[in-house]
Amino acid sequence: MKVHEYQAKEILARYGVAVPRSRVVTQPADAAAIARELGGKVVVKAQVHAGGRGKAGGVKVVKSPEEAVAAAQAIIGMRLISKQTGPEGRIVGKVLVEEALDIARELYLGIVLDRAVGLPVLMASKFGGMEIEEVAAEHPEAILKEHFDPLAGLQPFQARKLGFGLGLAGDTFKEFVRLVVALARAYVEADASLAEINPLMITGAGKVMALDAKMSFDDSALVRHPEIAAMRDLAEEDPYEVEASKFDLNYIKLDGNIGCMVNGAGLAMATMDIIKHHGGTPANFLDVGGSASEERVANAFRILLSDPSVKAVLINIFGGIVRCDMVAAGVVAAARSLHVELPIVARLEGTNVEDGRRVLAESGLRIEPAATMAEAAAKVVAAAR
Amino acid sequence: MAIWVDENTRVVVQGLTGKEGQFHAARCREYGTKVVAGVTPGKGGTAVDGTPVFDTVAQARRETGCDASLIFVPPLGAADAILEAADAGVALIVCITEGIPARDEVLVHRRLVGSGARLIGPNCPGIISPGKAKLGIMPAHIHRPGTVGVVSRSGTLTYEAVDQLTKLGLGQSTCIGIGGDPVPGTSFVDVLDAFNRDPGTEAVVMIGEIGGSAEEEAAAFVKANVRKPVVAFIAGQTAPPGRRMGHAGAIIAGGKGTAKEKMEALAAAGIHVAASPADLGVTMARALGRG
Repeated sequence: MKVHEYQAKEILARYGVAVPRSRVVTQPADAAAIARELGGKVVVKAQVHAGGRGKAGGVKVVKSPEEAVAAAQAIIGMRLISKQTGPEGRIVGKVLVEEALDIARELYLGIVLDRAVGLPVLMASKFGGMEIEEVAAEHPEAILKEHFDPLAGLQPFQARKLGFGLGLAGDTFKEFVRLVVALARAYVEADASLAEINPLMITGAGKVMALDAKMSFDDSALVRHPEIAAMRDLAEEDPYEVEASKFDLNYIKLDGNIGCMVNGAGLAMATMDIIKHHGGTPANFLDVGGSASEERVANAFRILLSDPSVKAVLINIFGGIVRCDMVAAGVVAAARSLHVELPIVARLEGTNVEDGRRVLAESGLRIEPAATMAEAAAKVVAAAR
Repeated sequence: MAIWVDENTRVVVQGLTGKEGQFHAARCREYGTKVVAGVTPGKGGTAVDGTPVFDTVAQARRETGCDASLIFVPPLGAADAILEAADAGVALIVCITEGIPARDEVLVHRRLVGSGARLIGPNCPGIISPGKAKLGIMPAHIHRPGTVGVVSRSGTLTYEAVDQLTKLGLGQSTCIGIGGDPVPGTSFVDVLDAFNRDPGTEAVVMIGEIGGSAEEEAAAFVKANVRKPVVAFIAGQTAPPGRRMGHAGAIIAGGKGTAKEKMEALAAAGIHVAASPADLGVTMARALGRG
């Protein structure tokens, strides 16, 4: 789960990461009082779950409370289109009004799980403001890395290595070491999957602060952090995906026209691949799960059909735990209640496959059976044309 | 021959008294697997379908000599269950549970280093040596004893591959789901190494997916060490970047972990890469000269 910049800063501040003073507003008029309180000169920043806000016109530096209101007015409600939002962009619902500090230097700090090592890794670089992938491609030697054991935490000596590596000294160095240790603790204790400060700012006075912050969290661990789970912003998510998540379905909207319903994530990806292989394009990824009930199947079917770009549906079920007859019953029930007119191709295999095929055949619905994945893909691609 | 599990494996099921544990333990037993004990804290002294239940894995091991564990414990308790099995000296731990927090998995991973225990999973279908033993949730009837080893990050896609092999008359030595999480207990390389040493395995099917670099590491290992034919498929050729495709580990992050990169690495290592998942079986038949 992703959170907004202001939420990430709120969480990091709790662990002792220094952040500029700021307040989030949804009404432009409210920006005036906050700007006044923060000394007049402020930065107004769009709050969306995507990077590249500056270039997209979502960040404005202003010098007075009046200008802050005008900036907030311009940004709130705008459709922000950046490299990360895709062409449809995001409508901005709120802005962060933050004190503007003089920046002497910008650095990068980020923590992710290094899957190859099986440990979190903290990365630091002197190229603050640049995306880390870009730095990795252009200046790989400039990325300093420290792996750490989540149980023991990142050790101060590791933070010192990074600080010296970045050429820091004096009080700035000490503040940096404290901030890095705090960031690592936040990452571990909040069950984050990403904690990134980019840029990390060093002010003219030598203070070290998070100028921007990005965090995302391990969905499997949110149950341990109700206060973070409550930060979920449904307006930032695809409405189909929000609806699917209510039923614990793994659904991802794509831009093709063949709706897919599959059990198991690997088979669901492979089904998308084989559709492409046969010249079609999938409209979605949808994994109904290993223990799908009839009700879940019916909901999954309803959600994928609610996408108007879907012109044909491919159902691919390999029954292991899931019984084919139960899936078939769910599909028939949903197709009847939704009065489905679209062509449906169903490929069932595995546990109780004969019963499942019979349920579909006897339903009176126009459901085309297929014996193999290849046959199913060929049929559904033809039907979608 | 087979790797890691066979007719002599003695299994304790952690979470046997739960609905899933009970259901799948019964299927494993029907297949001929020696399910000798169950563990549910607080339910020691009871029995499920004739299998004695103990409070601790240590007790189960003392009383029954179990040497493998099959775990159906809910996500927040699963890491503890894995560590309990390792502490009791259980050599092979198969964890089916999906949705274990990544932090817990990292801690388990650290604790198991040097413990002598092997963890398969989590978030996996388990392991089966056809005709000998099944420790997992896969549909048994699609498997046939034979000489093709199968290793995969997926569940149902593995069944698809096994089904294709069986229908072409190619039986399996052992099939292993290593799971879809970012920090699996057992890697492709671990399994490929074991298959490579197993005289009963003459070829390997490997099913990877987007995310991470496990397939690239496997490619390097195969290139350096494996002379048996290897057939591979990578799921997620059409997956958008930055999105988690169902499995916690199936994500293209920062432009890395794409299917294309993986397929190229595998092909460069001399592995037969199937472009379509429907061609896994025939590609193996061809690689074995039986196509």
